Amino acid sequence: MHSFGYRANAVLTFGVTMLALMCFLASLSDTFTVPTTSAEVKILNINWFQKQANGNDEVSLTLNVSADLSTLFTWNTKQVFVFVAAEYETPQNALNQVSLWDGIIPSKEHAKFWIHTTNKYRFVDQGSNLKGKDFNLTLHWHIMPKTGKMFADKIVMTGYRLPEEYR
Amino acid sequence: MDRIKFLGDVKIRPTLIQLLNLGMIICSALMIWKGLMCITGCESPVVVVLTGSMEPGFKRGDILFLHMNKEPIRAGEIVVYNVDGRDIPIVHRVIKAHERRDTGEIDILTKGDNNQVDDITLYSGGQLWLNLHHIIGRAIGYLPYVGYLTIIMTEMPIVKYLLIGVLALLVITSEE
Repeated sequence: MHSFGYRANAVLTFGVTMLALMCFLASLSDTFTVPTTSAEVKILNINWFQKQANGNDEVSLTLNVSADLSTLFTWNTKQVFVFVAAEYETPQNALNQVSLWDGIIPSKEHAKFWIHTTNKYRFVDQGSNLKGKDFNLTLHWHIMPKTGKMFADKIVMTGYRLPEEYR
Repeated sequence: MDRIKFLGDVKIRPTLIQLLNLGMIICSALMIWKGLMCITGCESPVVVVLTGSMEPGFKRGDILFLHMNKEPIRAGEIVVYNVDGRDIPIVHRVIKAHERRDTGEIDILTKGDNNQVDDITLYSGGQLWLNLHHIIGRAIGYLPYVGYLTIIMTEMPIVKYLLIGVLALLVITSEE
């Protein structure tokens, strides 16, 4: 009962069980945070709006994204992945979500940010439905923890509209 | 004095009990795995991250817990998918989603957070989009470092054989 093997086994099992329990508790503590976040996305300019050779509409925008996500950070947060997606519907598709820009916030100090950028990913439709299209811009965030469950949420901003004609 | 010395000396009952114990352990492990598959709705409820394409969020050797349900796939979700004809699952994020009105089918484009370009070159042939049947599950939870053992065992098979050999030796020579 007191051999090295038994003792090593007992210590190891106890150690691993405690580690697993701590990871679980760390993740549980994340469920108690009540975040208050704010965000604003402004379209500064429609750079161009064309129909591609394959028949799909494409638009290039310059955006200003500003947000305060500092309340999302807990001691168990590794990083927050944030992205802005254009969401709209077309006769063919009930929902289209196109990510325009994304970024990684590595810590609470960087969580209140302001960025001025053209769209990182191409805003291309499946088809040619974008003329005069009303769309929402949604800021999504994805909290990636040091261990445990991942949480995601979003802020929907409505009222954006694409031009009636190509330019 | 119950070590095996001669073939004729083999005690049938203890050996059978030992084999039965081993069988029970293997069966319980299998039951837990299959049970997890049922609860999470995925063929493989736990995957190991193999590449650095999702850094700094997920590193090589981390494990992800997956879940799959009838909710439609939306942009921003981290999904694990299999490309047609390949066996290695890829863990990336959905950056574009187009859901068809009539069929409810959804076209998905994915990209690794740490990659410069999206995954279109990874999809087989001239495929432009992923569909629901390619998706194994969504990542909902994460543990760091735990999967490194699996990576070591895959990349250096000698470790796997050594481990199995040592375990088999322990089972055979145990006195219980």
